[in-house]
Amino acid sequence: MSKFNLNEMSQTYYDVLKEIGNIGAGNATTALAQMLQCKVDMKVPQVKLLSFSEVGILMGGEEQVMAGIYLLVEGDIRGSIMFLLEYHSARNLVAKLMGMQCEGEEFTEMEMSALKEIGNIITGAYLNSLSTLTGLTIYPSVPDLSIDMAGAILSVPAIEFGTLGDKLLLIQTQFTDEIELDGYFILIPDMESYDKILNSLGM
Amino acid sequence: MGEIIKVGMADLKVCAAPDALTTLGLGSCIGIAIRDPITKIGGLAHIMLPDSTQIKNNTNLYKFADTGIDELIRLLILKGASKQRLVAKIAGGAQMFAFQNKSDLVRVGERNAEACKDKLKQLNIPLLAQDTGLNYGRTVVFFPETGNYVIKAVGKEESVI
Repeated sequence: MSKFNLNEMSQTYYDVLKEIGNIGAGNATTALAQMLQCKVDMKVPQVKLLSFSEVGILMGGEEQVMAGIYLLVEGDIRGSIMFLLEYHSARNLVAKLMGMQCEGEEFTEMEMSALKEIGNIITGAYLNSLSTLTGLTIYPSVPDLSIDMAGAILSVPAIEFGTLGDKLLLIQTQFTDEIELDGYFILIPDMESYDKILNSLGM
Repeated sequence: MGEIIKVGMADLKVCAAPDALTTLGLGSCIGIAIRDPITKIGGLAHIMLPDSTQIKNNTNLYKFADTGIDELIRLLILKGASKQRLVAKIAGGAQMFAFQNKSDLVRVGERNAEACKDKLKQLNIPLLAQDTGLNYGRTVVFFPETGNYVIKAVGKEESVI
């Protein structure tokens, strides 16, 4: 029986997850800066435990078009991780990475591939810090991308959380650069993995 | 023109014409629209998972296809609908990411759709139309007045089922 319960999470657990979020987002920022070869700053990430209905609102409404990059996680902990970016942020980011302006409203195959790679690097940096901090082995899968309404993309992690409770653990990170970038991480370990993460940190 | 009432994730609402119901950005979830064509009372449920009996934490009845549909019908009858006249339409149940079939939540969109159909069949409620599966999100609006179920998706023409 898992001792962890999302709905009755203590302040200490919350703080630990917040700190992991913090370090992870820090690493992700460094990775982003290296990739773009420019200075990227980060605001203090916010860790929130939200009900399903609040999540869509936070991201600018359920119909807000977002790019969601989703990876499965295996190894000592199992689950999945998702990185979400607002559509225009995603376009700007891809344009910056590829050194040219994106044309039209749709992403080309090449741009989608670049976006997946961005997601891969950012989530990789995040998982790396989690792995280093806990001493647990974590293998991410290849990323997959979906560009659609926030509500639809979020239904995927929401359903995974939905098997456990009625809330979703979200880490919101704001990258500031010449352009502002709002990114969201959603880490979805299964219940045993929550215990493992907290145990390995001596909780 | 009535009011358009919003239904959230793992939520359900009922209303009477001319009011309408909407739920935004359905992904793998399903929007189940049921109405009584005579009294023009209708309801919309946004369910997330197929089966409440498979999950330990199942207190939220609106979250599951089986308990969600039961609740929806109970509330429709409370509002004055007749159980014998109820008809249904469903939308959603997409597979948003290609490799989702690798996780243990195998094809959850598809299973959600199947669970809804099974439940409706069991309750003898005719399923008049459906728009399920594929890989994109849907916003739906349900009009109990006409029974029209309007479906919108990013980069696609609006459709009515």
